[in-house]
Order: sequence, then structure tokens, then C-alpha cells
Amino acid sequence: MVDGAVPRFWREIPQRYNLIGNRCESCKTVYFPPMEACPKCRRKSLGKMKELKLSGKGEIVTYTIIHVGPENFENQTPYPIAIIKLKEGPHITAQIVDCDLKDVKIGKKVESTFRKIQQDGDIGAIYYGYKFKLTD
Amino acid sequence: MDNIGIISYGAYIPRLRIKTEDIARAWGKDPETISKGLNILEKTVPHCDQDVATISVEAARAAINRINIDPQDIGAIYVGSESHPYAVKPTGTIVGEAILATPILHVADYEFACKAGTAAIQTCMSLVKSDMIKYGMAIGADTSQAAPGDALEYAASAGGGAFIIGKENVIAEINDTCSYTTDTPDFWRREGRKYPAHGGRFTGTPAYFKHITNNANNLMEKMQTKPDDYNYAIFHQPNGKFPIRVAKMLGFSYDQIKQGLLCPYVGNTYSGATMIGLASVLDVAKPGERVFLTSYGSGAGSDAFDITITDQIKNIDKNKAPLLSDMIENKEYVDYTTYAKYRDLLILE
Amino acid sequence: MRDVAIIGVGITKFGELWDKSFRQLISEAGSKAILDSGVSGKDIDALYIGSMSAGRFVGQEHVGALVADASGFSHLHIPATRIEGACASGALAVRQGYLSIASGANDIVVVGGIEKMNDVGGTSATETLATAADQEWESFFGATFPGLYAMIAKRHMHEYGTTKEQLAQVAVKNHYNGSKNPNAQYRREIKLETVMNASPVAEPLGLFDCSPVSDGAASLILCAADKAKKYADKPIKIIGSGQGSDTLALHGRRDICTLDSTIHAAKMAYKNAKIKPGDVSLAEVHDCFTIAEICAIEDLGFVKKGEGGKAVEEKITTLDGRIPVNTSGGLKSKGHPVGATGVAQIVEIVEQLRGEAGDRQVKDVKIGLAHNVGGSGATCVVNIMEAM
Repeated sequence: MVDGAVPRFWREIPQRYNLIGNRCESCKTVYFPPMEACPKCRRKSLGKMKELKLSGKGEIVTYTIIHVGPENFENQTPYPIAIIKLKEGPHITAQIVDCDLKDVKIGKKVESTFRKIQQDGDIGAIYYGYKFKLTD
Repeated sequence: MDNIGIISYGAYIPRLRIKTEDIARAWGKDPETISKGLNILEKTVPHCDQDVATISVEAARAAINRINIDPQDIGAIYVGSESHPYAVKPTGTIVGEAILATPILHVADYEFACKAGTAAIQTCMSLVKSDMIKYGMAIGADTSQAAPGDALEYAASAGGGAFIIGKENVIAEINDTCSYTTDTPDFWRREGRKYPAHGGRFTGTPAYFKHITNNANNLMEKMQTKPDDYNYAIFHQPNGKFPIRVAKMLGFSYDQIKQGLLCPYVGNTYSGATMIGLASVLDVAKPGERVFLTSYGSGAGSDAFDITITDQIKNIDKNKAPLLSDMIENKEYVDYTTYAKYRDLLILE
Repeated sequence: MRDVAIIGVGITKFGELWDKSFRQLISEAGSKAILDSGVSGKDIDALYIGSMSAGRFVGQEHVGALVADASGFSHLHIPATRIEGACASGALAVRQGYLSIASGANDIVVVGGIEKMNDVGGTSATETLATAADQEWESFFGATFPGLYAMIAKRHMHEYGTTKEQLAQVAVKNHYNGSKNPNAQYRREIKLETVMNASPVAEPLGLFDCSPVSDGAASLILCAADKAKKYADKPIKIIGSGQGSDTLALHGRRDICTLDSTIHAAKMAYKNAKIKPGDVSLAEVHDCFTIAEICAIEDLGFVKKGEGGKAVEEKITTLDGRIPVNTSGGLKSKGHPVGATGVAQIVEIVEQLRGEAGDRQVKDVKIGLAHNVGGSGATCVVNIMEAM
């Protein structure tokens, strides 16, 4: 039996594959990952949170180049990781791919893409999800 | 056949490249002899976060972006590859979730060496023709491995194509298809082994050439056509020389195969090879033009298709996804050491 | 709410302490504190322990009971509780101990902070530290803990013009202070060039911008203030305590360059203490990375937002500056055994306020502040102290 947290990562497939968040129908604020209730509207929002697929378009708010990476990412260093403000409002943390390190800058526009995020060794499951490419 | 064909298409090749001359040098071979001999200049290399699932999703999304359909209307997805990420657990389900086509969906993964993708096209055609589904998606993609130092290493590359098959708003009508199959062990990979093995020169005449020429001639006889009747021809391309030779053997000119001959720039994307060759043709083809495609998969078999481009090709937005010519230009080179790291050729404890 | 005083402190050396186990470290710190306080074991009403991840570092949970046992308290059967808030576990334990006395529930408590990080390899230690971040939405996607603070630094540099050199000056200052601290992990001064040219960890942070992996423990004895003089000659009163929280993930914050949890905790503490930031004589702040110290002095109100870098450059926070920061050497030079840090910071403040800080002694100290942060700012505890 594999000890990896398979159900936990399976549950988040809609978020990782398709950026499915949700929106409070009261105040129209968009959340990613989805929230059970809107922090602003609180009990007014219960039952009013509607699923929403985000466009994947956004802008880099800040970033760094990771030189010392976690075990699962050792092969990829140095790699850029950024906090991105998505068009619909929420912020997200993700790797930037398909570019020279020096091209990553605050303010650049990005778009999501589908990549392998990590895997549970050679025996466990493979986890796919979002990374971002520069569009300008 | 009543109007069944391709309603949209997409392709994807990774950004990284390695030059044939750099591989040759790593093994102490003469760079120019090798690259000229194979007619391959460079090949694509998947990054460590890319595999057949990610490539299939990129190609599938490209196909979906070019037209306006509800992905829920896709009734089947078949992904053909010889480098599926899992030996057991289909790539097709990952694609299905990623394009929001689940859960009412037929899915299976295919394997038939380099012709698994075209086999998927034939399956989708039959499901559409029998009205079992509205649209079907056929994908052929690979991140093929080759034993380091083996001749195959110069060609084995990564890439894939996706075709949505349907009856409505067809952009490329598939007039007919036929296959030619025998038990010919020219190239194989045993269970549990990392790299394929092959029969050397045996992979030529009794394998590649026999199956393609027989199948192509059978289709042209069935369709009552000659090579001159086609604007484009696409043949499987394990290197940059075989397709040119088989074209000549069948009576096709270099000009006819040029647009679909990507191997010199991207290598052999195995299950993706004829798929991206066809995508490259669709990138430029005009209404009324006719296309002849013959794939080859070791083991061995060939699928041939006679295709006519329709007026509808003007109505899809090709630029909603990258063209092959753009993806070929968008590249970054890696050296052999980096290539070895990304392709897991280095033994890590 | 009653007033609470600190009547005893104890601390071990911080560093790679191969010969000392988890149990040995905490009992050493605890017994030093008890001896320092003049109380006897049977006077202790309860035990509060801060430890971030004994489970992953030494494979042991149920740490409250373990520490009571290792410290020889089990036969007294007193309440023993472990508190966790990532790197803020130590100060959280102090605050829980403080609240238990202030509320009247206890009269005298022992507070301890302990972490034994070197019994696992470096990669494991780093991954355990990363559990302070958002596992699902930050760490899973490749963000490391230094990476998160590096992103704060990049944005701070973008918005306020903070430079890599100003970050480096934090490390230089703290190593200078640490060279005067016999318990510090690193007791050598370092040069600015060394910090600037160190191998990159996550740009712009290099090896010397990051606090180390350490073993160590610290302990305090807290007592109701009206009983304190019975035990201690120089009791130190906790005049203000505050705590704040914020989104777990850095990307959820209102402003990436500001730790709102610090602002909230500090506001609460200043209000309790009835003082303003300008009244603070010296502060121990959470410099897990050099940028964290710069944000801390801004968010604690010592300087305006954005001027932290300039303040360090202008030497406002050195031992003889306007507001000495991290006289102990900070997490950078003193070491950062995660659960122990919050308690260790207060040990330093107490020693300074008692006039017992040796070569690090700051003149004319009246009010000291300790600032302890969990993760990238999801938890913050601020405690303010004054000699009685």
C-alpha cells in the first residue's frame, strides 16, 4: 500500500487542473481555492457560493528564483516561483516556466499551463497542476 | 462515408531542444556524418515537469480553443503513446478532467508503437459514424525514450497532436481509411525495461517500407487515386530520410511531403509523429486541397487516410492555439548533460 | 487581570548539540530557570511548552507530558500543555502561561521552548520547517520557506527601494552582537562582502541572509507580580502582551510587505502596556531571514513603512543605536531552534533589563519588547517587559 496522501490530492483536481474557485453571489468577490463561506459577507453568503472556473490569466506581483529546492524539485533548480494576481482577483503561488530566469519581472503578464507538479517517488501517484508562462 | 472528419485539431511540442551534433559528440561520433545521415538537425526534449499527460492536455486544449463546442459533448477520448506516465492508469482520464469532458465519456489508452494515435482516430471515426457519440478526441503523444548511445537516441523526441472527430462543421473530411497489419518484430520494448530494442536494418524494408507502401497502395486503389491527386502527403518519420524515400517509392514528390515533414527539426515524436505532421498541414491547407496520410507503428502496422479539406477550415480560429511553425521557432537549447538530467539517464540513489 | 512577572530565566547553548537530546535540553533550561527564580518544584502550578514539530524532528508527540516527565514533575501531576504556532510556538507558550496567571488560574508556572532539529538530516529539517507554510497551496507547488521570505524581499525592494546591501547589514549587525553572546550558535563577526557574495538560496536571499537549523531550549518562571519579590531580587514585569493571526499563505495577505499579524499583536501589547513604540528601549525581533527584521521594525512602529532598510543602514538598530534590535545576535547568529526562540528572546530582554547582559549590555534600558512570528506571518506574539 502506498502511504502518500492520495485522497487529499485527488480532491483538489478541479482546482489544480482547471483553476476552479468560487464566487460569493452576495458581494461578487472571487476566491481561489474555493471558500466555504465569504469572509466579507459571512453568514449571508452561506449557500450563495457559486463555483467559477478562473481564466488563468494574471500578473506577477512578486517572485524569487529558488536555488535550494525541496527534495521533489531538486532536478529543476534554479526555478522561478511567483505570487500571481489572477484577473478575477485572487492571488496564487506557482512556478513560472518556459522562459529565461532573467525575463521574470514584477508586473509581467502570465497565463496558466498544465504541468507535472510532483510525484510520490517511483511507486506513488503523479500530481499534475498549474504553472504559469509569460505572455508578454 | 458520410461527412465524417476532423472538426478541430491541436498540437504541442516542448520548448527545449538538443542538437544532433551535441548527442554525437557525447558518444564520440562525427556530428556532421550523423546529422546528415539521418537528416535530423535537432530534436525536442521534455522538461522534467512534462510528460505524455501534460503534452496531451496541451494538444487537446489547443484543439478545443480553436472551435466553440461544449467539452461535455466529447463522448470519447483515446490517447495513444508508448510512454504513458503510468503503465496502468490511463492518460485519457487525466486529459478528460483537464478539458472538463468527464464524467460521461468513453476512455481508453492505446499502444501500437508510433501509430497508436492514428488508431485512435479510426476508433473515434467509428463511434461518430455509428452515432454512439457526438464528438471523439484522438490523441497521439510521446516522450519516447531511447537507450543512451543507441542510434535511436538522435531521433527519440517529445510531442503530440489531438484531433476532434465529428460530423458537424468538419474542416477536413476523412474520405476513407484503411490499415495493414502483420506480426513483425522490428522494434519493441519488453515489460519492465526502460528502453526499446530493435532489429537494426530489419526495421527498414520488411517493416517500415513494406507496411507503408502496401497500405498506401491499397488505399489509393480503393479510392481510385494517384499520388498526383494529392496536395500533401504525410508519412511516418522515424528519421528525416525514410519518409523521403518511401514518398519516392510511391510516386509522391518532396514538395508534397515538405509541409508535413517535421522530423529534421523536432525528431521522431513516435505516436505524435504523423499527428503533428497532419497538424502542420492543417495549419496552412486551403479548402479543396487533398491530403494523404500514412502512419507506421512497429510490431507492425500502418493506418492510411484520404482527407479533403473543406470550406469550413476558414471558419475555425487557427490562431487561438500555437501553429507548428511557431512552436518550432520557440526553442531553448540544452547540452547533453542537462538532457541526461531531464531524461533521467543519470542514476540517482 | 493581575500583573505577571518573570522571576527566573534559563537557556542552553544553541547550535549543533550532538551530545544533547530533546529531554536533556529542556531539563537543562528548566532547571536553570528554577534555580534562577528561587522557587522550589512543588511551587509550580503548571507547565507550558512551545515546540513546533517534535513529531517530525524527534518522532515524538505528547510533548507536554514528556517535558513534565523529563523535568521531574510527573509525580506532582501538574497540568502540562504543549502549544504550537510554527516558529511562534515559544512566545505563544509564554503568552498562555502569562494569561493563566493574569486570569488567576495559576500563581507560578514554568514556560519552556525547545527544538531539537539536528537529529534528522538537513533536507528533512527544511521540509519540516516548510510545514509552517501553506502545504496545499504554497509548498506543494515548489515554494520553500526561504522562497516565501525572498518574495517579500523582492516586493519590498520593488516598492521601497530596499537594497540587498541593507539586508546584508542586518546579518552583519546580528553577528556582531552574537559574537558577544556566549550561548550563541555563531560567535564570529562577519563581513558585508561575505553576506553579499554568499551562495544564493532564493534570490535575493543568500546563505547568510537565513537563520540556521539549531538545537536549543530556553525557559522562564512566571509568577503573579504581587508575589514576585518573595522570590526574585529583580523581577521583570510583563506590562503588555498581544497576539495576532493572518492568512496562512503569503499570497492571501493584504500587503505582501507587511505582517498585519505583527501590527495587530503590537497594537494589543502597546495598548495593554499603555506605551507607544517610541518608548521601547530595545527589542528582540524575529529575524528568521534578514528581510524579516526590516519588516519587523517597520510593523512594530519603530520606523515608517518602507524605511526599515534605511534604518539599518543608518545604524539606528545597532547596540548603541536609537533602538537596539537583536542584541542577543537574533535568530541569525544566536540560532533558531524553532520552539525555543520565542522564549529565548524574552530571556535576552530579561537579562538586559536586569543589567546582566555582559558585553552586550545596552545602557539605560527601561522597556524591552520581544516579537515572535510563525511561518511567513500567519501568527505573531508580542510581549513587552519592564523592570519592577
